[in-house]
Amino acid sequence: MRADAVPVLTARGVSIEYDVDPPVRAVRNASLTLHRGEILGLAGESGCGKTTLAYGINRLLKAPALMTAGEVTFHDADGRDIDVVELRGDSLRRFRWDKVSMVFQGSMNSLNPVMSIRAQLHDVFTTHRPGMTRREREARCAELLGLVGVDPSRLSSFPHELSGGMRQRVMIAMALALDPQVMIMDEPTTALDVVVQRGIIREIMRLRERLGFAVIFITHDLPLLIEISDRIAIMLEGEIVEQGTAVEIYRAPRHDYTKRLLASFPSLRGDRGDFVRRGAVTTGGAA
Amino acid sequence: MSGIREGHGTLEAQHLVKDFRLRDGVRFSTLHAVKDVSFSLAPGRTVALVGESGSGKSTIARMMAKLETPSSGRVLIDGMPSGDRGRALERYRRDVQMVFQDPFGSLNPFHTIRHHIERPLRIHHPGWSSSDVRSRANELLERVRLAPAGRFAERRPHELSGGQRQRVAIARALAPGARFIVADEPVSMLDVSIRLGVLNLLADLQREEHLGVLYITHDLATARHFSDEILVMFRGEIVERGPSDRVILDPQHEYTKTLLDAAADPDKLGMLRDDVRIGG
Repeated sequence: MRADAVPVLTARGVSIEYDVDPPVRAVRNASLTLHRGEILGLAGESGCGKTTLAYGINRLLKAPALMTAGEVTFHDADGRDIDVVELRGDSLRRFRWDKVSMVFQGSMNSLNPVMSIRAQLHDVFTTHRPGMTRREREARCAELLGLVGVDPSRLSSFPHELSGGMRQRVMIAMALALDPQVMIMDEPTTALDVVVQRGIIREIMRLRERLGFAVIFITHDLPLLIEISDRIAIMLEGEIVEQGTAVEIYRAPRHDYTKRLLASFPSLRGDRGDFVRRGAVTTGGAA
Repeated sequence: MSGIREGHGTLEAQHLVKDFRLRDGVRFSTLHAVKDVSFSLAPGRTVALVGESGSGKSTIARMMAKLETPSSGRVLIDGMPSGDRGRALERYRRDVQMVFQDPFGSLNPFHTIRHHIERPLRIHHPGWSSSDVRSRANELLERVRLAPAGRFAERRPHELSGGQRQRVAIARALAPGARFIVADEPVSMLDVSIRLGVLNLLADLQREEHLGVLYITHDLATARHFSDEILVMFRGEIVERGPSDRVILDPQHEYTKTLLDAAADPDKLGMLRDDVRIGG
């Protein structure tokens, strides 16, 4: 946490419903503040509404999902405030990806399988930066891949020719393309192996230090969040039940659900503590 | 108890090797998925097999469950070579059962929970009467904490949660009277808050029924807490093995250290951030 925290995105009283029969209240009265350059962790189990909330913030909700209440404000670097809920058409297009980009869940599979990496990255620029020449685009694409640690020669590759980790890095490069001020990452590494996952998390942290974007990091992996986040919000059945700095959540959780979630992860190196494998006859396990 | 038989034998893997032939156009190449792996499972003990995807963990599980034939090496049960066909295989299947990763895929959506439990009972105990089978099925469901059994038995898989389904899968594995369970990532598809419950259930059953369990996982923390011994696999080989606390707290092999460093650890709070700030 920095003392000079300036908000970049605020959500107030957001409620989102799935308009089915009976209606599902996926997000209830959720409020979040994201500060410039910080990592905000959003933790909760499947079905708790964390992805729906992220989609709401980024205006990606599709019917039958509907934001029924709440406001989302983006505080632009030039001092203007943008009311995200009111954006329509062109102004929405200018906002999305340019100010707030997203790395989707299972994004290893969200690249188009029949387009080369080059074509897909160029696409971002032809849409959002129509003034760029082909040469500029190509240079920027190569730069982006370099940034995320993928050899720029891979621009000509198709997604199936890349490993899962590389595909994920390409997705991050794409999210970085327009220098966004906020990046929403929805379970960006869950499908990856632990060692690869660690490499990518490190990359994200390094890029954030360099480029200064803020991150909303969504996952159910609370130990990981505690390790990397500045602040954490815990979601349960559509509600944010607790918010605090990573240290507070880890050392002094207040809500019962947070405690239960923390207790779901036995400590790797620490003392066995209050966690005892039931039915065990040997103590300490070191037979 | 009808399900448990006498005998304190072990299940042993001896120099297991599995090669897969890969085709690339007209050329063939060989993938050495498992290279000379040996270990043994004893009743009442859990052995964890950890490693990344592609390290060969699941291939070992499938060879132990006889879903895959080893290219060389053998599996011994009670010190005797295990059968690969006919009666001998049937006997082996009664002793060694598997719990799969995906509780949504491993139960047939068409059949009731009762059918899933009663079928292996009938197959492996042809002499039993219908009421024997029924009462044993109820008993098994209650053993995996699906009580009262009557409430769950007539349902179909889609009416149960992931955790309940995985409990059914465990009851199904116990039904033939298995002495050894091969559990391939049994909780990785479940929600975090119910994972420990399912693992604890396995630990209880293991103790009470004196089962030998091979617990395959990529999660080092649960491997440490739920097993007596850990085997670390890397590219088809076991690179390190030992008592679970020793492997986690005092790793010897480079790869084990890499794996441990990659695991999220809340105690390292903020360290990665500071690290990249300095290192760039």
